[in-house]
Amino acid sequence: MILDRLRGNGFRRSTHAERAEAPIADALLATSRLGARYGSSVVLHDVDVHVRAGEIVALLGANGAGKTTFLNSVMGLVTLTGGQVFYDGKEITRMPAEERVNAGISISPEGRHVFGKLTVEENLRLGAGLKHQREFAENRDYVYELFPKLRQLRDTRGAMLSGGEQQQLAVGRALMCKPRVLLLDEPSLGLAPKIVARIFELIAHLRDDGVTVLLVEQNVRLALDIADRGYVLDTGRIDLEGSARELRESASVEEAYLGLVAQA
Amino acid sequence: MIELLAYSGTEAAQQVVNALSLGSVYALLALGVATVFSILGLINFAHGELVTIAGFVMLALRTEDVPWVFVVPAAVVGAGLAAVAMERVAFRPVRGAPVITLLLTSLGLSLVIQNLLLIFVGARGKDLRVGEWSNSTFEISGVIVKWFDVATVITTFLVLFLLTTFLRVSVRGLALRAAAEDFTMTRMMGIRADAVIRGAFLVSGLLAGIAAFFFLGTLGQVGYDYGFTPLLKGFIAAVIGGLGSLSGAVVGGFLLAALEIFFQVTLPAENTPFTAAIVFAIVVAILLVRPEGLLGRGVGFERV
Repeated sequence: MILDRLRGNGFRRSTHAERAEAPIADALLATSRLGARYGSSVVLHDVDVHVRAGEIVALLGANGAGKTTFLNSVMGLVTLTGGQVFYDGKEITRMPAEERVNAGISISPEGRHVFGKLTVEENLRLGAGLKHQREFAENRDYVYELFPKLRQLRDTRGAMLSGGEQQQLAVGRALMCKPRVLLLDEPSLGLAPKIVARIFELIAHLRDDGVTVLLVEQNVRLALDIADRGYVLDTGRIDLEGSARELRESASVEEAYLGLVAQA
Repeated sequence: MIELLAYSGTEAAQQVVNALSLGSVYALLALGVATVFSILGLINFAHGELVTIAGFVMLALRTEDVPWVFVVPAAVVGAGLAAVAMERVAFRPVRGAPVITLLLTSLGLSLVIQNLLLIFVGARGKDLRVGEWSNSTFEISGVIVKWFDVATVITTFLVLFLLTTFLRVSVRGLALRAAAEDFTMTRMMGIRADAVIRGAFLVSGLLAGIAAFFFLGTLGQVGYDYGFTPLLKGFIAAVIGGLGSLSGAVVGGFLLAALEIFFQVTLPAENTPFTAAIVFAIVVAILLVRPEGLLGRGVGFERV
């Protein structure tokens, strides 16, 4: 049955095809044996991750473990060496990045990447793409409700915002296309604890609004507090996976991140 | 004495009009070069050929005595479509290649178009049959002004206004500005890379078409290599302003024209052939002080 579906999508047999696992049946987003490399160094190896609708899934790991590369692979920005990406029951491994966004996968990237020369409101308008301009006012008001600060700063250029404001804008912009899955890359990076708490509160709130979240985070404790499940990436491989509670209690997670947790 | 002052006053006013008119054309050309550069990091050496193509559209229609009201829009649209076709045929296959590859591609494209025109329409310039209206003038307190110059300046400012509005108000315009800043992130807004790049070429082509009417209209003719001067001026103006900065391109265009007119007027007659050399020397001096151009970005920021 899975092979039929793959053929239906014009799937070209990869080297892994005969061994490819069927993705978890009820997953909204899933990867199967995903591999990627930059130059000669392998950064992802046989990564199987799945996210069910309505879940918050945390992707943990040290610097350079491949977390950002994994998110970029899901978005279609990285050349894969193998494996597949599935979304909403269909294979999207070869789908152009823009189409993935239009299909309902959105990202707030590492480093925020706010458009510095555009105002806050222009950033949000662009976030709605060409597809969602009709619902722009409605979605914008929703984002302004989540981040009242952004409403005050609506005519300010992105470059003039503080780090915390830019982070709010990056998340808000990613929500403008009404995504079904939101990928969040290090939303706490470089922010004051108070703002971090506010953003995590918001992520939990997004789940209640029906948005599924895949969260990359170095602050393990914070991430596992709001996540349902989690994965630990170590040098490009999934080292550990389980429910947030299991991971919280797992000694190895504590060990691996003790330094980082103490810092945070 | 007073008479002399009054004379030099009108003389100066006359030259200001000339500089504004010439600067308008340069600004349109520089804007076209800068638009594509801001998105792709590519200096399109075939930009001049868009002017030539617009010229040949005009020529084809004028030979049939089509009135100018129809000729101009057709030429502008023709140049726009030609730019989109250039992107599809020549630049898309090498997208993502190193900048030097893109540069050589545009140079090659320019040579191919010029030589095709040379083969099929010949080496001699062809008369566009512009007519007397292009030389009609009016006088305002001693200054004789060509209507064509007035039209050039007004059209340019109208185009600048429309372009600015487009870039501020429409989502496609916002996408162009965003892509100039962060191309990948613009794709993450669900906006297709192809659409952004095609849009940039379309804008640059339309601008070249408008510039072509004023540039070739003044010359009254068109030939296979008439795009060279427009390319050179547009490129230099864009560099002065800071490649990739659209407002810089406009400033650069007017500055370049002002310098040219200034030296043409003030140099003794036997030295006017050196105008270009002196202007280029000044451009080099500007770039020595500000390598990023007058309104360029990046380098200057880091130095502060």
